[in-house]
Amino acid sequence: MAHTVTRITRFNMTSLALGFAFLYLPIVILVIYSFNASRLVTVWGGWSLRWYHEFFNDRAMLEAAWMSVSVGAVSATLATLLGTLAALGLARGERFRGRALFSGMLYSPLVMPEVISGLSLLLLFVALNAERGFWTVTIAHTTLTMCFVTVIVQSRLTSLDRSLEEAAMDLGCDPVRAFLLVTLPLIVPAIVAGWMLAVTLSLDDVVIASFTTGPGSATLPIRIYSEVRLGVKPEINAICTLVIALIAVIIVAASFASKLSSSRGESAAPL
Amino acid sequence: MSARRIFARPARLAAIAPYLWMVLFFLVPFAFVLKISLSQTVIAQPPYTPVFDLTEGREALTAAFAQLSFDNFRLLLHDDLYILSYLRSLVVALTSTLILLLIGYPIACGMARLPQRWQGVAMILVIVPFWTSFLIRIYAWINILQHDGLLNKILLALHIVSAPVVWLSTDSAMYLGIVYSYLPFMILPLYATLSKMDASLLEAANDLGASPRRAFWLVTFPLSLPGVGAGALLCFIPIVGEFVIPDLLAGSDSLMIGQTMWLEFFTNKDWPVASAAAVALLLLLVPPLLLYDRLQRRQLEGNS
Repeated sequence: MAHTVTRITRFNMTSLALGFAFLYLPIVILVIYSFNASRLVTVWGGWSLRWYHEFFNDRAMLEAAWMSVSVGAVSATLATLLGTLAALGLARGERFRGRALFSGMLYSPLVMPEVISGLSLLLLFVALNAERGFWTVTIAHTTLTMCFVTVIVQSRLTSLDRSLEEAAMDLGCDPVRAFLLVTLPLIVPAIVAGWMLAVTLSLDDVVIASFTTGPGSATLPIRIYSEVRLGVKPEINAICTLVIALIAVIIVAASFASKLSSSRGESAAPL
Repeated sequence: MSARRIFARPARLAAIAPYLWMVLFFLVPFAFVLKISLSQTVIAQPPYTPVFDLTEGREALTAAFAQLSFDNFRLLLHDDLYILSYLRSLVVALTSTLILLLIGYPIACGMARLPQRWQGVAMILVIVPFWTSFLIRIYAWINILQHDGLLNKILLALHIVSAPVVWLSTDSAMYLGIVYSYLPFMILPLYATLSKMDASLLEAANDLGASPRRAFWLVTFPLSLPGVGAGALLCFIPIVGEFVIPDLLAGSDSLMIGQTMWLEFFTNKDWPVASAAAVALLLLLVPPLLLYDRLQRRQLEGNS
């Protein structure tokens, strides 16, 4: 029998089950304990929204949350714009001078330790005498996240059938129109996914933000981090649950949007 | 001219803005790190003596070159603190990458053998934790690992231990945190190569009399090596410079290089030494970075 070799074995199933339990259980436990009425994080005192209430009365935390959300939105939008342009250059630009440097600059931040990126950007901002705060963090996050956008959009562009663009141009479209009418609708799902990833990475970052922000403008992760260093607090569980919920909403909304646009794009393609 | 060539011109023009952005905010900052790593520490704001001031003209520049100081690098080589933290970073990154490979490979294998319909679901399940904040996931483990946390409660209830075990501020907690955070980065490239593998190769090995185990080591594993390499680099490089996980989960008696840099920078306010440590760390990472860049480029541009 041909299929016996590739059939899924009991060992495969066990490793999958254990693996997913390992990935998900800690988060589930964190969320459950955010609804704990007890002040002691480890003793279950019944269900309660007390810690959410506490968060919504914590001015410093709310300010940090607002800062994070605005940095995330602005930097992700900038990063999506720049990253898509970069992907276009890499996937459709054929050969050009400085291409290797360009792709090197775009791929290495993906794995570059954050302490290095953070330190180097801070030194730049100090040398430029820039006032550190919202804009410096936004620029730092844009630089990091546009690389992720580039990779996602570039891999979508490389897998696309280029004859579609070429056909549009043979039929009299100029390159810009061919891009807007044919290519863009087809890569919208990747652009949306890139934007989502950029927001999440920005909402997640402690290290780069710590280096590039100024006094008095902490982001939410910076505040969470300094609280966590002091120990577990139920309010932090509540904040973390809210962040998870926010990210879940972004993912669901964006995947819905990209599904809509991709089904439209796909049906438009054969025309 | 072919349509493809005509399309390439505006595409190249589109890349100008991101090109300039990356030069300004990625490449130029490294020049500053290098420059400050070669300057002297002073107690001031910013806490270093400027090495070159381009406004002072050429003579000043050559004078400044004469004053470049390698003291900070000499300090790195002579102070045990730095050498030990570099070594620790390498050991931690290597060990974690190995553990990740051992755990990630069976999971990726399992995923690749799921029915097609379920593979997409499994893939989303691996990616989703990556989307939830990294800090939050570490915090979730602090909840579980603390003195009267869930893990100790379970162990006590099952009579495996008689007194609560100290988990936080230990190396085991740090390894757990690293493995937990980086597991998706290991699984995804492994799964990508394993799922593309031609099943008929295994069938052929089977027909020719190889046991499943032999077939695995002779066929599956060698063919999955590109995925192994990508996954290992994707984990190894950032783990070397990791800061948050060892800071929150490991003890403070031995530091990784990321922590030492952070300490020099934020606590001791010694920017030149912190910059020198960053340059040294970067040099250490150049070979794996180049390798990763090559793999990445081959993967993204392989067919074109």
